[in-house]
Amino acid sequence: MTDNMTLGERLARQGISRRTFLKFCASMASLMAMPPSMAAEMAEKLAGIRRLSVIWLSFQECTGCTESITRSHSPTLEGLLFDAISLDYHHTLQAASGTAAEHARAQAMQDNAGKYLLIVDGSIPTGEGGVYSTIAGISNHDMLVDSAKGAMAIVSVGTCAAFGGIPKANPNPTGAVAVSDIIKDKPIINVPGCPPIATVMTGVIAHVLTLGTIPDLDELGRPKVFFGDSIHDRCYRRPFYDQGKFAKSFDDEGARNGWCLYELGCKGPTTYNACATTKWNGGVSFPIESGHGCLGCSEPDFWDKGSFYRPLSTGEWGSGEILATGAAAGAAIGIGAALAARKRQDSITGGK
Amino acid sequence: MELLEFARGPALMWSLIIFCFGVAWRLVGILLLRRKPDLSEARSRATLWGGIRTVFSRIWVRKEFQSRTAYGAALGYVFHIGLAIVVLLFVPHILFIKDLTGLSWGGLPNGVIYATGVITLIALIIIMIRRLTHPVLKLLSNFDDYFSWVVTTAPLLTGLLATAHLGARYETLLGLHILSVELFLVWFPFGKLMHAILFAVSRGTTGALLERKGAAT
Repeated sequence: MTDNMTLGERLARQGISRRTFLKFCASMASLMAMPPSMAAEMAEKLAGIRRLSVIWLSFQECTGCTESITRSHSPTLEGLLFDAISLDYHHTLQAASGTAAEHARAQAMQDNAGKYLLIVDGSIPTGEGGVYSTIAGISNHDMLVDSAKGAMAIVSVGTCAAFGGIPKANPNPTGAVAVSDIIKDKPIINVPGCPPIATVMTGVIAHVLTLGTIPDLDELGRPKVFFGDSIHDRCYRRPFYDQGKFAKSFDDEGARNGWCLYELGCKGPTTYNACATTKWNGGVSFPIESGHGCLGCSEPDFWDKGSFYRPLSTGEWGSGEILATGAAAGAAIGIGAALAARKRQDSITGGK
Repeated sequence: MELLEFARGPALMWSLIIFCFGVAWRLVGILLLRRKPDLSEARSRATLWGGIRTVFSRIWVRKEFQSRTAYGAALGYVFHIGLAIVVLLFVPHILFIKDLTGLSWGGLPNGVIYATGVITLIALIIIMIRRLTHPVLKLLSNFDDYFSWVVTTAPLLTGLLATAHLGARYETLLGLHILSVELFLVWFPFGKLMHAILFAVSRGTTGALLERKGAAT
């Protein structure tokens, strides 16, 4: 599937003008917070590169991540990036199946040892020897370890691969873990989200392709250019938060006026992602713009952090009965202390 | 478990349990103490009214003492009123109280809350400087005074830092903010912070006694 044609040659053959290509590079540079001068450099490097072999492994997942990234195909320009990579193995997208598919993976690993990019979506089940998810009789764990050996870097796409995601949610019946829990000796870029934004995925690949380096990552292994700001700080509804204007239900006047969704449980203040800036579906909208609070899907264990519909400032404080029991116990000790004090008074005054 | 999860979960539950336990203990213990018998003839029977009146009349400094205590009293007013505004009129705080008690009311715009928070923090810092430099106050102060100041100031400081995203990521600062409030709740019943409840008990008792003696003011 790989060939020796450069991206520039490939685009020229497809009739993509240099002007269009430069516009694409400028928008990608802007998206990744690079200086404008990087656009030309990016164009030069992108045009000169040969196709990068990519092996995409899908483990315990829902295919939402793949669905998302395919939205970056035609007609958007991000789709061009797929001309820059050779997707040598991908369950959903590849034509081959069975033995032929596994042979393609083995061939790509052999031909591009140390140079291919490994993309993983889905968590890895480790319970019961990993029997909860196997491909061609190989457990996800073993396939990941085997495929990671010759990879130049790993991109964990989606919250499942990055942090364990929904399969890892309590009680985690399959013993699901993230890629970074298993692979320790390779650079790993986490691109979480349920699913991640297509542009963010292609942006990360573009960075690796053009600069040949791993982008700056935060403490959770996420590229800072896309995950550096919280949704709340970049949200167009933020002025309403500052003014103290909140929607109190999904169909009240506040909701209709587009006021802040904090009271309805929006997790924007503690969620880092590019939804509020890059948005979805070609920049059309994002969940908050559609009237629903952020679920915090790009954060670890978002599924187990309490209700999606309880405000962030509330807590899991138990119940009124528990607090009443505490107060009753305190009152009992207070009564005892008062009785002891009275007894002491009596002993001093002789009961007078 | 992350810091914020811990703060919003078990730490919050246990701090509230300790708060309820401690407040009930101290309040019941004090209210059930035997009162000293007063054998004199009562000059007024309106002791209940006298007690209630005194709770409010002593909010204000008497004219005779104003020149000597105005500075300290003004600082006290600023930080008490400031704290009340920040705690009770910031919408996320109202949501917390609503979740706990079912009660809710309207809040103020965040800008007003932030400004009030800064003023309150400045007042608290001045109060501590005064306590550390005033020869009499310094002599009267003990661990309870200093620690109560710390647990009162910490939520204000961490709240402002979280708002401004200064020093750490927001979720870390929010976790620290909630934990500092929980420290306040745990310390509240057992230190001088309990005056927030006991001031009414002690003033009311004093007022009732003075009323009985015909000396209520």
